[in-house]
Amino acid sequence: MPPVVLHMQEIPTNIPLEAESISPDLFVERSQAEIEAMPVALGNETHRLGDFFKVKGERSDEIVIEGCAGRVKWIGSGMTRGRIVVHGDVGMHAGSYMRGGEILIDGNADDFLGVEMQGGLIRVKGNARHRVGAAYRGSKYGMQGGIILVDGNVGHEVGAYMRRGLIAIKGNAEDFLGAMMTNGTICLFGQAGIRTGGGMQKGTIVCLRPVELLPTFVYDCSYSPVFLRMVFKGLKQLGMEPPVPANGLVRRYHGDLADVGKGEILIAA
Amino acid sequence: MEINGVCIDETYAEAFGMYASRVLITACSKAWAMEAARSMAGFGTSVIGCGCEVAIEGIEPAETPDDRPGVSVMLFAPSKKAIQEQLINRIGQCVMTAPTSACYNDLEAEDRLSIGGKLKFFGDGFQISKRFESRILGNGSGPRRFWRIPVMDGEFIVEDRFGVQKGVGGGNFLLLGSELSATLQAAERAIEAMRKVQGVIMPFPGGVVRSGSKVGSRYKFLNASSNTAFCPSLRGAVKSDLPDGVGAVLEIVVDGLTPEAVGEAMRVGIRAACGPGVVKISAGNYGGKLGKHHFYLHQLLAER
Repeated sequence: MPPVVLHMQEIPTNIPLEAESISPDLFVERSQAEIEAMPVALGNETHRLGDFFKVKGERSDEIVIEGCAGRVKWIGSGMTRGRIVVHGDVGMHAGSYMRGGEILIDGNADDFLGVEMQGGLIRVKGNARHRVGAAYRGSKYGMQGGIILVDGNVGHEVGAYMRRGLIAIKGNAEDFLGAMMTNGTICLFGQAGIRTGGGMQKGTIVCLRPVELLPTFVYDCSYSPVFLRMVFKGLKQLGMEPPVPANGLVRRYHGDLADVGKGEILIAA
Repeated sequence: MEINGVCIDETYAEAFGMYASRVLITACSKAWAMEAARSMAGFGTSVIGCGCEVAIEGIEPAETPDDRPGVSVMLFAPSKKAIQEQLINRIGQCVMTAPTSACYNDLEAEDRLSIGGKLKFFGDGFQISKRFESRILGNGSGPRRFWRIPVMDGEFIVEDRFGVQKGVGGGNFLLLGSELSATLQAAERAIEAMRKVQGVIMPFPGGVVRSGSKVGSRYKFLNASSNTAFCPSLRGAVKSDLPDGVGAVLEIVVDGLTPEAVGEAMRVGIRAACGPGVVKISAGNYGGKLGKHHFYLHQLLAER
């Protein structure tokens, strides 16, 4: 089936549009008219999706979004299948609670990208803001599966409380990368901010550039872990080739000793 | 039936249903991967005395999860429980101990046995789990979990679960030659050809067995003994199955993931063996009463 194309007509100004209905799971069995009639929220008012988007196509689990969707929240939230391609930016909470399928974003992503996702793939060609793949405030776990790839830079607390899955960032990360992680893998090609891995219990943060560590991380050794070869090979297959060889040495630090201390930060030597 | 002047006996090989698994061993070099594989495949010729049949697969793996050189090993045993015990023991004692090695499941199957999930305890609480999506591993199946067990040269990677499926064990044929040297050469030709077939192993030394057995013994404590009907030195002492002119007999036993793979291996092996010095090719069976897979030699060789 050809994809359902959503072309942004009216751009919300101060108030963001909440469009949880933009999901392949919901589009796959709906006609064009039914898709246009799906509800979206603008503040405390409920509108039709067709009020903001020109809809073309029906009954497909592939969605293409055109125009400026940077103020549209919850795109692909909870989706389990299919694909969303965004030719532009996306608003907050894109791919949150996602369980399968793919979201490909040509532009930038706002806060809470892929928060608490459990499966699937999110790829951002631009930058992503704070708490990518993290937990919502009060939740015990962040991302519990899936893959998030960001070609640009990311904000604070990326991967916070992360439990499983992989986040790879080509650019730089701001502070508290992987804070409170309980497992999973974060791979940062660029520069990390301060307090990387703060409070982490388990999990792996790979930094390909030097990083200033908290004093609660302890140096173990320099070695070439075989599992990194698997990660790097997978990233290469996904079109995100690391700038260092897979068999290169890394310096291993374990921590955060202020907590369980079974996490690790691997820094390219 | 005759091929290259060699008589093909009108008989069949009787093979048994077994459970099969396949592991992929990688290391820093092909030599070290092979060392680990050879160690794992040691003392694994026959379920009668070894508890399983295990050998290195002839076809090299095209790709490995960590992009290092790899060797594929297949293990056959009578039950899933036996497979699990053998894999835990052999991977734990032979692969984990080999420098730089890693060990992955190489059999996609519905049934999966916990192997790395048991070996992880060697890590004494410092083992680390890594669960990768199929997109990372590029295999199209579901997520796979691996254990990173700290060892003295770094880490040993072992997959959490290994696939197990029904297979076939005990496909065989007998090379009846005029003398030992020519018979051994025929066996070597057969093994070389059979190693090009995917999904089979020949678990005996070099793929060849000289001490073929029959069921039972005159001794109560032994349930298998020498196949006296095929021993040239007993031609005058027992009821012999050896035709005139036969001075040596060698057997090739083949286990495979499917009956088709075993049949194909037997077919190419017999064809390659037929040559000078080979008088007759036969096969071992138990009158069809024990094994559920019957490979009729004439039928196999008539194909293609």
